[in-house]
Amino acid sequence: MPPRLPLLALLAGLALATPAQAGQEMRAGGKLVLTDGVSSVEGAAGGGLATWALIGGNETRDGIGGSAHVTYVPLADYSLTSYGAAIGIMDRVELSYTRQVFDTHEVGAALGLGKGFTFDQDVLGAKLRLLGDAVYDQDSWLPQVSVGAQYKHANRGTIIHAVGGAHDSGTDFFVSATKILLGQSLVLDGTVRATKANQFGLLGFGGDRHDSYSAQFEGSAAVLLTRKLAVGGEARTKPDNLGFAREDAAWDAFAAYAVTKNVSLTAAYVDLGSIATVKGQRGAFLSLQTSF
Amino acid sequence: MLPVLLALAASAMPVPPGEQPVDPYAQSDANAGAMRFQGQSMWHAFHEQAGVQRIVDGFVDRDIADPVIGEIFKGQDIVRLRRTLKEQFCYILNGGCAYSGRTMKEAHKNLGIQIKDMNVLVVNLQKAMAAEGVPFFAQNRFLAKLAPMKKDVVVR
Ligand code: HEM
Repeated sequence: MPPRLPLLALLAGLALATPAQAGQEMRAGGKLVLTDGVSSVEGAAGGGLATWALIGGNETRDGIGGSAHVTYVPLADYSLTSYGAAIGIMDRVELSYTRQVFDTHEVGAALGLGKGFTFDQDVLGAKLRLLGDAVYDQDSWLPQVSVGAQYKHANRGTIIHAVGGAHDSGTDFFVSATKILLGQSLVLDGTVRATKANQFGLLGFGGDRHDSYSAQFEGSAAVLLTRKLAVGGEARTKPDNLGFAREDAAWDAFAAYAVTKNVSLTAAYVDLGSIATVKGQRGAFLSLQTSF
Repeated sequence: MLPVLLALAASAMPVPPGEQPVDPYAQSDANAGAMRFQGQSMWHAFHEQAGVQRIVDGFVDRDIADPVIGEIFKGQDIVRLRRTLKEQFCYILNGGCAYSGRTMKEAHKNLGIQIKDMNVLVVNLQKAMAAEGVPFFAQNRFLAKLAPMKKDVVVR
């Protein structure tokens, strides 16, 4: 079974290293489809733009699961590619790594950086479920609540400083509440993020206008249409720290489809607004995820 | 006095044909573990008595044959399970039945059920409801009633 993507090889490696089969008590797999969300752009389990309180991977509190994703976001003038993997431990802790590659295409040439110049970023995430069970607590309004942090390191420090960015790395902190209202077939999420990130961190952290943390909001609402299909929308506010370019809020409208128990596809229309002075960055958000 | 009366009432309960006797317990609709729906729309969505019979039979057949949870049903009183499940579903869907079975805690206490087993069972129920043509939103409203029973069913 030669894996087509190196990512799948990584996944297989993770699966083998997983101690889920170590104890007799632990049996592999077991979450209901889509109840581990999909991989957000920063690698944490969530919607596309928003991080959710759900723990990634297909395991319950009796095991260790994981997920891997590739995401491609072609925009009007740029494109973003991200890939990464996450481990979900006992449905309690999620650890994730994602690499984002932001390609400037022709804009890179216009800015004198060179055509196809890329801004890359590594994101290391950790999430802890504090309370609640988004799926089964249907007799209470209490959502599933998680807290977490994402350490981000952007690779273009020199350029980031040249355009007024203060740092090339930073850490976001978030509190996330996710609720599945089964009686209404709805999935709702609200997340507050303390961040200094410019364009998710690709343009660094803090800047000539502001260099302090601000509270930003990201939220999702989705309707479960079938056991395997959810459609919804998301919105996410972002700081506006850089003097040279205004930064806008982002939103999307998405459909997430569970192709099999272990593979899901997300397709969205996304609007990231103005990026580095180039307005109207709208396009598609396409993500393939596998979880176990 | 009350426990004695309840015990008497329970021991006086005839064992339906094909079923095995169970330890005496207090009968009550509250044992069903959920408040019933108001109105008739859910009962209609599940195609009433005949629909609930087909759904429960299809659901139990899937559970018994299931590679993951089938083992848990081995040697259990499946005749009784079908009957009490039909009563429970009918009661919750406001189909006018009384529930004569045990509480969820009592019925599942010795089974060692994990969350994963519960999730498998939910999928089997979803398949059985879909086979009956129950609209997806109605399926979810019903599952929302069953979901909180997890804390009584999942013991480890
Ligand atoms: C919300 C979920 C569930 C509901 C509504 C439910 C309902 C019931 C009912 C009504 C009974 C019969 C009670 C009686 O005999 O008085 C029963 C028994 C039983 N259930 Fe469940 N159940 C659920 C979850 C599960 C799960 C997850 C499993 C295993 C995977 C399971 C396995 C069994 C077995 C084996 C029996 C027979 C026990 C015996 O006869 O001693 N149930 N259940």
